[in-house]
Amino acid sequence: MSTRTTDGLRAGDSRSAATSSSSTKAGAIAGWVDDRTGLAKGARYIMSKVFPDHWSFMLGEVAMYSMIITLITGVFLTFWFVPSAGHVEYNGSYIPLKGVQMSEAYASTLHISFDVRGGLLIRQIHHWGALLFVVAIVCHMFRVFFTGAYRKPREINWLIGTMLAMLALIEGFAGYSLPDDLLSGTGLRAAQGFMLTIPVIGSYFVYFLFGGTFPGEAIIPRLYSVHILLLPAIIVGLFAAHLILVMVHKHTQYPGPGRTNENVVGFRLMPVYTAKAGGFFFIVFGIIALISSLFSINSIWNYGPYDPTAVTAGSQPDWYMGFADGALRLMPGWTEVSFGGFTFTYGILLGSLVLLPLVYVLMGAYPFVEQWITGDQREHHLLERPRNADTRTAIGVAAITAYCVLWFAAGNDIIATHLSLSINDITWFFRILFFVGPLLAFWVTKRICLALQRADREKVLHGRETGEIVRTADGRFYERHEPLDEYTRWHLVTGEPPVALALDSGTDHNGVRRPASKSERRRAKWARFFYKDNIPPVTPAELIAAQHDGHGHEAVAEIESGETTSRH
Amino acid sequence: MKTLAAKRRHPAALFVLLLAALLTMGTAYAFASPRTTAAPSTAAAATDEEAGKAIFLANCASCHGVLAQGGQFAPSLAGVGAASVDFQMGTGRMPMVRPGVQAPREPRLFDQQQINQVGAYIASLAPGPAVPSTEYTEGGGDAARGGEIYRVNCAMCHNASGAGGALTRGKYAPSLRGVEGKHIYEAMLTGPQSMPVFKDTNLSPTDKKDVITFLQEVDKGENPGGYALGNIGPVPEGMFAWTFGIGLMILAAIWLGRKAA
Repeated sequence: MSTRTTDGLRAGDSRSAATSSSSTKAGAIAGWVDDRTGLAKGARYIMSKVFPDHWSFMLGEVAMYSMIITLITGVFLTFWFVPSAGHVEYNGSYIPLKGVQMSEAYASTLHISFDVRGGLLIRQIHHWGALLFVVAIVCHMFRVFFTGAYRKPREINWLIGTMLAMLALIEGFAGYSLPDDLLSGTGLRAAQGFMLTIPVIGSYFVYFLFGGTFPGEAIIPRLYSVHILLLPAIIVGLFAAHLILVMVHKHTQYPGPGRTNENVVGFRLMPVYTAKAGGFFFIVFGIIALISSLFSINSIWNYGPYDPTAVTAGSQPDWYMGFADGALRLMPGWTEVSFGGFTFTYGILLGSLVLLPLVYVLMGAYPFVEQWITGDQREHHLLERPRNADTRTAIGVAAITAYCVLWFAAGNDIIATHLSLSINDITWFFRILFFVGPLLAFWVTKRICLALQRADREKVLHGRETGEIVRTADGRFYERHEPLDEYTRWHLVTGEPPVALALDSGTDHNGVRRPASKSERRRAKWARFFYKDNIPPVTPAELIAAQHDGHGHEAVAEIESGETTSRH
Repeated sequence: MKTLAAKRRHPAALFVLLLAALLTMGTAYAFASPRTTAAPSTAAAATDEEAGKAIFLANCASCHGVLAQGGQFAPSLAGVGAASVDFQMGTGRMPMVRPGVQAPREPRLFDQQQINQVGAYIASLAPGPAVPSTEYTEGGGDAARGGEIYRVNCAMCHNASGAGGALTRGKYAPSLRGVEGKHIYEAMLTGPQSMPVFKDTNLSPTDKKDVITFLQEVDKGENPGGYALGNIGPVPEGMFAWTFGIGLMILAAIWLGRKAA
């Protein structure tokens, strides 16, 4: 160390003296920047990235653009919004509220809506954009889940995505609570109620968060900091990591001619995807702007200022918090117990503070659970068709069903008034459906997947049913089958081979019985549950055999007989 | 018959058959359903009370009893006052069209004079609230103040913008849109069905007038933000985002995905 001289330290620093030269002006500027930052290499790496084409890959883009749109419109709103619970008398141009005492937050939101040029439109773009942001996130997650895109090496990105989904929900709720109208105040009151149910520390926690009793003057400025600073920073940061990992992993693709686990078939970012994605941003912005200019959202002037003594019928959160609200509406009253002079409201605790994170923990854990069950350590860059992973698809649909039951339960009053039903009956219906619905959905989905798997095999081996009945000379009837064209058949044949299940046979190589480890046996049991009904796509070898045979009856018969162990 | 048999596999056959069936059922129902009898003429009666009694006996007594003493399915009407009669009959809730947890709003069956006559008869049985004076029921008060009173006293059932809401076991707080000021006042005064009574000592006539003014303001239906999706809050908004919103996005994505690069 001590022998190193200054020259030695700079030994590796020598660079070519030649500066970039370019004939065009833009090129000259780019060269100037590159000489000083060395960005060209990174830019070239990103610009030459290849992305495959499919509409379902653009759902994530919808989320990204909605997020950017809410960021832009949110900045506009901060110019006028006053995050304060200070009391003022409203004197703006909305007559039905003239002279009413209200918080500065509500008054400034009314000001944005009625007295700032374009303010209402921007507010509505912000809110519709936020709703669509979370909708798009969920749709994107559906795509990733049902195609198995979260499998190795993308588990970390799935975790980041799950965190983003949860943060988007919290961010949305913080924004919903800011205008301090009757609805948002009721939502905040509900959230305060959730926190109060935390055993032992609940009331202290609420005092800490609200700076005193509800509502107090502190919560609006605090929520504002969280809404415009803390959460957006975390979301944008995680989102950047999300995108970088997409670049590192390369995008997944659907199986098809020429597409393998080792390549990506599509177009480079520059120029094709820059144009496509850039154009899509404006399409998304246009659609949100169109919706916002035609359809009212969160008409805060209808609700009036928040007043802790008032509440409105039809108080619902925005849709993404609906499932927690629904869980609360379904929880029976006996879940509140008194113990030694203290009240424990487990129903509310379970329906909100436990349920909300639990949903995201389960989602985040799923790839690891599946990997443990299947023992699949391979890298996957080709997506699976949902029908070919019947158990996963069925689990997904069952989870969505449970979520939807809670979600619809949040609208039980709206359902009651609009369909002239008894709210009590609806609540009981949903309570039962919450347990029965997912089981039913699992079974139905699995059956549909298996039927489709069989149909695919049938199609590959026997061709398409033409509906033409042929009568032979000796009077026999049969339906003519037409072989598939190669391109169509490709999608049905080239599935990845199923995982080689290392099921413990219970004996060692000498045939001596050996007690398998308990966890290994449990794993094998789950793996059987996961794979036992699966009818794998026809392998190329099977196809060749079937074509030689002329009919390929054997290949089908083998599968139909329930032979599952010889498959791999 | 042969041409008909030949056409029975025609693609439109199903729809034609359905249409014919619907028409037949509809016409049959129109003939078979009980028709509302025209209210009896009251010109012959000497006084309003007598005329009202005649209408009462013909249309109300089957449930409320011939002496308006009430029965198994209907309350006694002694002391409910003319205001109650005016509200119930004026909004078509009475005579009740069918048994149920709650009498729904219907087109009214009697004209104002007949309702007044029944009101006079009921008021003669025992003292009760009278039909309010038009001074308080036509609006013209302070809408902002009315809004504050409304949000504290009414919004929890009727919704902040008067859209109505659900109550227990199939009962509901009806929508307040397009309801006459007089009927709103009478409802507050008499507390029909599940609604509590707001006496004058509770909400003064001026308070009630302000509430009516506020609801008239709501009724104007000015939605500065565009189409209001029913004004019932985040449920229709979420539904819209999940159908039209993401639907349009997906259509755009499919279109763009198919576009040759």
